[in-house]
Amino acid sequence: MREPPVLAVEGLDKSFGAVRALHGVSLQLHAGEAHALAGENGAGKSTLIKTLAGVHRPDAGTVLIDGEPVTLHGPADARDAGIAVIYQEPTLFPDLSVAENIFMGRQPRRSLGRIDHKAVKAAAAALFARLGVDLDPEQPARGLSIADQQIVEIAKALSFDARVLIMDEPTAALTGSEVARLFAVVRTLREQGSAILFISHRLEEIFGLCQRVTTLRDGALIASEPVEGLTEDDLVRRMVGRDLDELYPKQATDIGAVALSVRRLTREGVFTDVSFDVRRGEIVGLAGLVGAGRSEVARAVFGIDRRDAGTVEVDGRALVNGAPSAAMAAGLALVPEDRRAQGLVMGMSIERNIGLTGLRTTARAGLMDRRAERSRSLDWAVKLQVKYARIADAVGTLSGGNQQKVVLAKWLATGPRVLIVDEPTRGIDVGTKAEVHRLLSGLAADGVAVLMISSDLPEILGMADRVLVMHEGRLTAEIPRTEATEESVMAAATGRAA
Amino acid sequence: MADLPLARAVRWDTVVGALLMVLLLASFSFVDGFGNALNLSFLLGNTLPIALIALPMTLLVVAGEIDLSVASTAGLSGAVMGSLWNAGMAIETIIPLCLVLGVLCGLVNGLLVTRLGLPSLAVTIGTMAAYRGIAQIILGSDAVTDFPSQYLDFAAGRIGDTFLPYTFLPFLALLAIAVVILHATPFGRSLFAIGANEEAARFAGIRVRRHKLWLFVATGLMASLTGVFWALHYASARYDNATGLELSVVAAVLLGGIDFDGGRGTLGGAIAGVFLLGALQNAMSLLNVSAQSQIVVTGVLLVVSVLGPRVARQIGTARAGRQVTTPSH
Repeated sequence: MREPPVLAVEGLDKSFGAVRALHGVSLQLHAGEAHALAGENGAGKSTLIKTLAGVHRPDAGTVLIDGEPVTLHGPADARDAGIAVIYQEPTLFPDLSVAENIFMGRQPRRSLGRIDHKAVKAAAAALFARLGVDLDPEQPARGLSIADQQIVEIAKALSFDARVLIMDEPTAALTGSEVARLFAVVRTLREQGSAILFISHRLEEIFGLCQRVTTLRDGALIASEPVEGLTEDDLVRRMVGRDLDELYPKQATDIGAVALSVRRLTREGVFTDVSFDVRRGEIVGLAGLVGAGRSEVARAVFGIDRRDAGTVEVDGRALVNGAPSAAMAAGLALVPEDRRAQGLVMGMSIERNIGLTGLRTTARAGLMDRRAERSRSLDWAVKLQVKYARIADAVGTLSGGNQQKVVLAKWLATGPRVLIVDEPTRGIDVGTKAEVHRLLSGLAADGVAVLMISSDLPEILGMADRVLVMHEGRLTAEIPRTEATEESVMAAATGRAA
Repeated sequence: MADLPLARAVRWDTVVGALLMVLLLASFSFVDGFGNALNLSFLLGNTLPIALIALPMTLLVVAGEIDLSVASTAGLSGAVMGSLWNAGMAIETIIPLCLVLGVLCGLVNGLLVTRLGLPSLAVTIGTMAAYRGIAQIILGSDAVTDFPSQYLDFAAGRIGDTFLPYTFLPFLALLAIAVVILHATPFGRSLFAIGANEEAARFAGIRVRRHKLWLFVATGLMASLTGVFWALHYASARYDNATGLELSVVAAVLLGGIDFDGGRGTLGGAIAGVFLLGALQNAMSLLNVSAQSQIVVTGVLLVVSVLGPRVARQIGTARAGRQVTTPSH
């Protein structure tokens, strides 16, 4: 007989108004286990996490710690019960040291209430040693990478004697080597008897790290089972509820004339001497490590940043430097990397967000034509199957995948001849991801020239006709589809091939 | 969510409009002398400078910027107007020159903000002092009062026996123009996007800097127009005309539900805020409320104006949330 699970939930129900976010969800989390929570956007993962973190009170059902029912009245209760949540983007005090951040508000004291800085530092160092990481406790939090900030948050959780660590998409903003280090820390914690609930959209991470996986769909429990013996297809089927069409539905297209031509593009200190063409009907992948300068090239091509040297031509017409509106008029569209900061105005409606790229084209006699704006927005929201209650709802109320579809709608509505997409499927679920891929493939088939920046190698390999690779601000390789493999792309991305 | 009846019912600009109605009804009923035509024309005449500047200020705050130099620009135009009049220039030449000066003042603010990327709060605190200083250099402590009587009459007079000042009609025209610009043109829609998320606006091809520059220029123009109006209305051009007016304008605009962080608000709300403050001060004066107490009341209203819209929005969100919560992923 196993010990009772460290954390268990039974028959959890939670509704928001008429929407049942969770119904009858049960889950058991054992000591020494990394347990994946899988599901598409909107499946109820966040609601479950927030319930466990004491943020939401369940309508029905029980939470058990070590087999004992508990009621979590708030985040402090959850913490005292040994549950800690590590969020995707940690919130540390930037001007305090790492050690001070860990012990904020409960520093060891000396006489007269003075903070015992030595003890703070030693305790932090001990925590890092336990995690097997090399971090200086005295370093200020400002300037730490997101990966290091997450480690600090984990150390903080341990300092509270957390036995259950909930990690909400911790790898979304990390590079490959940072992910590997985080996983090493998670394995150490697991061996020390912690239970980890791990959320990720990346299937390979679930298979690489976790022993069990619980899948939610539409707020209901679909399965809770060992990872061993499961295939990626099995898991996707549980998440999506049907057999997924191919994830990379690349169509063969007629590749036509050059639509986007970039020559010797340079931005001082960012990227140098970048030249490439994208032809009609072609999807060109732009791969490279985070920080290689891929997004910066896209920004300079579109005119968000000024270029210091070089030319950009769309259909043979040179683009003015630093003028996105001119780029748009020439038929260029850029779906930016960060949909929250760059792609959308969160408080604005879906309708008006899509409308932002058509302010001039839908206006009549200098005035907004609201009906034209609405029909244009509705048209594209429907074409891209955005799921929303009302087109006038704030775009911030949508799930991540639907937000991304709104950004795509906003740009496709301009009828681009050249489409640049920067990380088009980051942080969105696998079903939506397949839809986005099908869409890109369809656009290429219709003669649009597509430049796709992605850190997701299978996506690049699955979708691109040709792969460009950047390393430290330079193009280091151009690989045709037939020769592109993970090895050949990574070699160029890390500078080994050059 | 904004389309739900419950959420719409607690929109702050609606609240301010309702408050204004209540205040007017109460004042007509209980405040002696409030309703007579002379008092009402005073009320409108005294509120008009605030209302005039509130028009471009609303657009500016929606776009996430602010201009605190407006009162100094108004004072500077008054001073230039006075000294040119003393120098014997024709008033028909002086007034356009003053408006050009206002455009220049706004252009300086706008260029400093958009070209050098400085925060408008800091830039316009600086130019607030600078423009006022120049006004004092130009006119010293003189007061110029002998403007042509037909101009003085136009600026201070009212239409027949009604309470409406002559100048109220041009104001209504300007208000209509501002409403159309903010709420019915691509330019106005862009301002909301810029104020809510400037980077996303830039990525959508909106010429953010050009939009802002136009706003600062328009604000300078309206401030100088107000300066001209002020000197004629009170028949006195002095370097310290309109001192402190920028705070009344900002207070009224914020009270009207324009979010200080940008991206939210309506011109109707802002103008309701302007007249709410104006009517309140008028009623309090008639009730012999001391000047000090009036300041306290205005101060409290300012705090309420910053809190109110946020509370209203939260109530709106919470109510809407009970109806259609989209569960987060």
